[in-house]
Amino acid sequence: MSAAVTEFKRCVVVKSTGRIDSDTVPDLEETFKSLAKLGKYRLVLDMSEINFVSSKGWWLLIDVQKACKHLFRGELVLANIDKKIRDSLKLIGMDTYFKIFDDITSAVGSF
Amino acid sequence: MQTITFPGRFESLDNIREFVVQAAKQAGFDEAATYAVELSVDEASTNIIEHAYGGEGKGDIIISVEITDQDFIVILHDHGKPFDPSKVPVPNHNVPLEELKPRGVGLFLIQKMMDEVQFEFTPDKGNILTLKKHRPGTVQ
Repeated sequence: MSAAVTEFKRCVVVKSTGRIDSDTVPDLEETFKSLAKLGKYRLVLDMSEINFVSSKGWWLLIDVQKACKHLFRGELVLANIDKKIRDSLKLIGMDTYFKIFDDITSAVGSF
Repeated sequence: MQTITFPGRFESLDNIREFVVQAAKQAGFDEAATYAVELSVDEASTNIIEHAYGGEGKGDIIISVEITDQDFIVILHDHGKPFDPSKVPVPNHNVPLEELKPRGVGLFLIQKMMDEVQFEFTPDKGNILTLKKHRPGTVQ
């Protein structure tokens, strides 16, 4: 799994591709850990090219959200989520823990 | 019925999902129903690796798919520790972010997304998980 990181003035966009499952979560986790080490806690995850997210993936994003919101230092927001993936997030009742935007411009503009 | 044996490793998940997705499409499922099957089987396989086998590379996952007139059926078979679904906590996500705990979401998703979920364990056969989803256009 590859993740591209693009820095904007007020936030960082992480664009991951493919699937987020038990096999790929460790790689994505490393990307978020690297950003945390640099003090980057205002994050957008661009999910336009993500086609699958398991519960393991959502728990990684919940852990990242906890780290970002700690001490009010930032937030992880999600953008461009496929409908079926968004429906599964809603089904498990975890959609309320993220701001979700339909496009990157709005997500970046929220910071 | 079509059966494939996969090594109990997370790197098998992609192939496992591809196997059941192809079969679900043959059963006539639309994109949303196919994703429900894909997600359920991924969650079940992950649970087998993590909980039944206690880690990667400890045993195989044998997966069969069957399409009947009424149903799409996936059977997952492993030789790990017995799984008792009654011991899995129901996830509570009506709590503040910092209190969220990663418990029971996989099983919850499977039970919500499939029409029938049946667990069996016998000492000689191991765990057998049967997942059923009604085919579109069938009257149950």
